[in-house]
Amino acid sequence: MSDTLSQPESTTTTTSADGVTGVDIELIGVTKKYPGQRRAAVEPLDLHIPSGEIVILIGPSGCGKTTTLKMINRLIEPTGGTIMIGGQDARRRNENELRREIGYVIQGGSLFPHLTVGQNIGVVPGLLGWNKSRTAERVDDLLELVGLDPARYRDRFPRELSGGQQQRVGVARGLAADPPVILMDEPFGAVDPITRQRLQDELLSIQDELRKTIVCVTHDIDEAVKLGDRILLLSEGGHVEQYDTPENILAAPANDFVADFVGAGSSLKQLTLTRVSEIELGSHTTAAIGEPTDAVLTRARAAGDDCVIVLDERRRPRGWPWLRELRNSSTIVDPDDDDLATVDRRATLNDALDSMLTDSHGAVIVTGRRDEYQGVVDFTAVTEHMTAAAAQAAAEVDAADSNPSAEADTDDQPDQAAI
Amino acid sequence: MWEFIRKQPGQLLYNSYQHASLVIQAVILATVIAVALAVVVIRIPRLAGVANAISAIGLTIPSFALLGLLIPLIGIGWQPALIAVCFYAVLPILRNAVVGLQGVEPSLVESAYGMGMSPARVLARIELPLAWPVILAGIRVSMQMSFGIAAISAYVLGPGLGTYIFSGLSNIGGAGSVASALTGTIGVVIIALIVDGLLVLLARATTSKGIRV
Repeated sequence: MSDTLSQPESTTTTTSADGVTGVDIELIGVTKKYPGQRRAAVEPLDLHIPSGEIVILIGPSGCGKTTTLKMINRLIEPTGGTIMIGGQDARRRNENELRREIGYVIQGGSLFPHLTVGQNIGVVPGLLGWNKSRTAERVDDLLELVGLDPARYRDRFPRELSGGQQQRVGVARGLAADPPVILMDEPFGAVDPITRQRLQDELLSIQDELRKTIVCVTHDIDEAVKLGDRILLLSEGGHVEQYDTPENILAAPANDFVADFVGAGSSLKQLTLTRVSEIELGSHTTAAIGEPTDAVLTRARAAGDDCVIVLDERRRPRGWPWLRELRNSSTIVDPDDDDLATVDRRATLNDALDSMLTDSHGAVIVTGRRDEYQGVVDFTAVTEHMTAAAAQAAAEVDAADSNPSAEADTDDQPDQAAI
Repeated sequence: MWEFIRKQPGQLLYNSYQHASLVIQAVILATVIAVALAVVVIRIPRLAGVANAISAIGLTIPSFALLGLLIPLIGIGWQPALIAVCFYAVLPILRNAVVGLQGVEPSLVESAYGMGMSPARVLARIELPLAWPVILAGIRVSMQMSFGIAAISAYVLGPGLGTYIFSGLSNIGGAGSVASALTGTIGVVIIALIVDGLLVLLARATTSKGIRV
């Protein structure tokens, strides 16, 4: 008994109280130098990747981001330094066993073309010696998780799937043995922009549920901003330019390199960071179908609105008519406006702004669960939020700069508070 | 020719069987050798070129000469026949196996390693199955070629249909000599076609539906 206690049983997933199933990763002075090259591909790199977070490695080509990623599962052996995964020294472990506990997802899914979807997902469970029924059950669960009908897709071959579907299977395969850590190498690089966005949203919702530690390489700053809890921006030779939250990197780049890399339009990018639910919704005059028109008109005038939102019996928005349109009948009729633009409260400000630009009201209706009406967002609300966010981020970074020793602490604070 | 066949149907069938058996065994042995060599060769990039050159040059050695050279070393009978047929059979398979294994997408191999497969498992479960259609194409070429070479091995008293061809050619003008040579030749062609058909079936049965062309 004492043996099993003193020797922790590798890094199999255990769920902590806050739902985090990942483990943290610590890189200490990790270097990689290829023989015959004068400059190191990765200079001594210290990095703490907190459990349950998505950390994005980004930078120009040759910055060592992929090398760094592959050193974590030892596809590339570091020249020096230590990598601790869940408190264990990765280099002291058998590399094959180590890799079976680290999900690996690469561009295009990289599915084995001669194996079916089910067999592809079942590779790592097979290596771990799971029996057939357990593996089959897991395969079906994962296909459900990534939004593919198991009965339809389980026995298909990769070439019978679209690029997006292949990538979904790739993610499912990475999750197969429920590893605490998942490494992704440009996971959504090979699909079209629309599919990519959908896959990113799916990954985020999966991560909401599983809370793995995900390390992801990308060259797309928008993807980094959208997915990352933290972004590590590297320049040539694995030199850390900035390691911070997307908000801070966008609002307060540490130096010119970061500012250049983030590029123009960082405010626009920030719009994709904020959910509609995070800003205060404006109220607006509403009317129920069948209500007498006069009462509604009086209410609207009192509130200073020149249009009203018509809701059905389950409070779902049906239309957004101007007051003059209402005067035609004595009671409110169902406008049945198919083109009515609404956004979910989980949508980004970017989506909301997009709807506003094409709508004559200069605002957009926000809906919540089961499409129920929640409020409206207008231009003013968005701009106010952006100004406030920029000021806050700048203040945070200034505080961290003036007190460098406290930087590490502030970085860790959200997690410790959560635990 | 019909008369020639009618006179000794049993002997003819037996020789056909011997011929096919020699070729098939030689090709199976050659496949094992060629794939093993290819696996080594692709690990060492410089050897791949050497292997290709050897398979190209090897095929230009006249089989008649090789058989003759084997006599002082091994004598006559089925042994030199098997060695000669096997030697030639290795070459196309080796070349295709190298090409096939090199053609496996490196990202697939890397993700297999990344998932925790050992090198032997990556070879058995990923590389060889993916290279298999190309290797099999090499085996088919080898098989066809080997039927011809096996006929020549009758020169060292190897088994098979070559006997009819040699005895026919050696007393040309004599009674039934043309019939003998023709019987041997056509017999070789027919068995070769049958075996090739079987290989096509084998290819269908052993190639994953996911990579079947």
